[in-house]
Amino acid sequence: MIQALAFYLFALVVLLSGAMTILSRNPVHSVLWLILAFFNAAGLMVLVGAEFIAMLLVIVYVGAVAVLFLFVVMMLDIDFTELRAGFVRYAAIGLLLAVALVAEILIGVGAWSAGGIDLARRAAPTNDAMPNIEAIGHLLYTRYLFIFEGAGLVLLVAMIGAIVLTHRERSGSRYQNIARQNARRPQDATRNVRPEIGQGVQL
Amino acid sequence: MSGDIAGGVGLVHYLVVAALLFTMGVLGIFLNRKNIIVILMAIELILLAVNINLVAFSAALHDLVGQVFAMFVLTVAAGEAAIGLAILVIFFRGRGSISVDDPSRMKG
Repeated sequence: MIQALAFYLFALVVLLSGAMTILSRNPVHSVLWLILAFFNAAGLMVLVGAEFIAMLLVIVYVGAVAVLFLFVVMMLDIDFTELRAGFVRYAAIGLLLAVALVAEILIGVGAWSAGGIDLARRAAPTNDAMPNIEAIGHLLYTRYLFIFEGAGLVLLVAMIGAIVLTHRERSGSRYQNIARQNARRPQDATRNVRPEIGQGVQL
Repeated sequence: MSGDIAGGVGLVHYLVVAALLFTMGVLGIFLNRKNIIVILMAIELILLAVNINLVAFSAALHDLVGQVFAMFVLTVAAGEAAIGLAILVIFFRGRGSISVDDPSRMKG
């Protein structure tokens, strides 16, 4: 009972905040609604016992991706009213397509629940004696080890790509030249002088 | 496979939520056709709907592979957001606007 209540609460909020994400006038509000949607989707996932994915969603999406979006929205000085032109023009066709799409998906779900597909073999049956995170860890570091490494590689490429794309050389900056610094010897840098009295030092 | 995955909530409930969320993502791409930042956010919504589907089926079938693959979808989504926003930033630097119609000038 309480689970059903929690499900309807999370589902309602996730759908509402999803709608507000695409309808908000201000992209900053869009990002904040997106964060709310992710939080409630994480709640939906906790409800079926997928704690690890839920925590990943909160940490990766709310902690990194949404903040990245927020950062970019605020960093770029964009005239958003100009970008909203055509909203009404595309609203009709967009809504039509969306209604067709959701009808198709729901008919598909209905057809599936009428007949049902029975998958006899389980690739990795859930072990009820083991916590979710431990079970995923076992699976991830044995059978899916290479795919896991591949996921790490995807993130590495994304990181390097983002740095290479946005990096720019600034002219006029004084960077430290370590090789030159190390090659410098005391005899190049200092000299002894014997100044005349009353003359001062010529540098 | 009766579909009851969490105290009176069935698999179909989750599938309907995911279907609606997916549709909202697609609708968001149409509605905000000029604002590429909101288009990226709509793509994130679509991927979130896919993840909800994967996790719901994983719970219904008592099979952990769905959750492992939801993690990989998450990885790709994070990489996609990072690269997309980086491209957006350099595009803005070059043109001073992020209108979707402008990149057509890049050809040739």
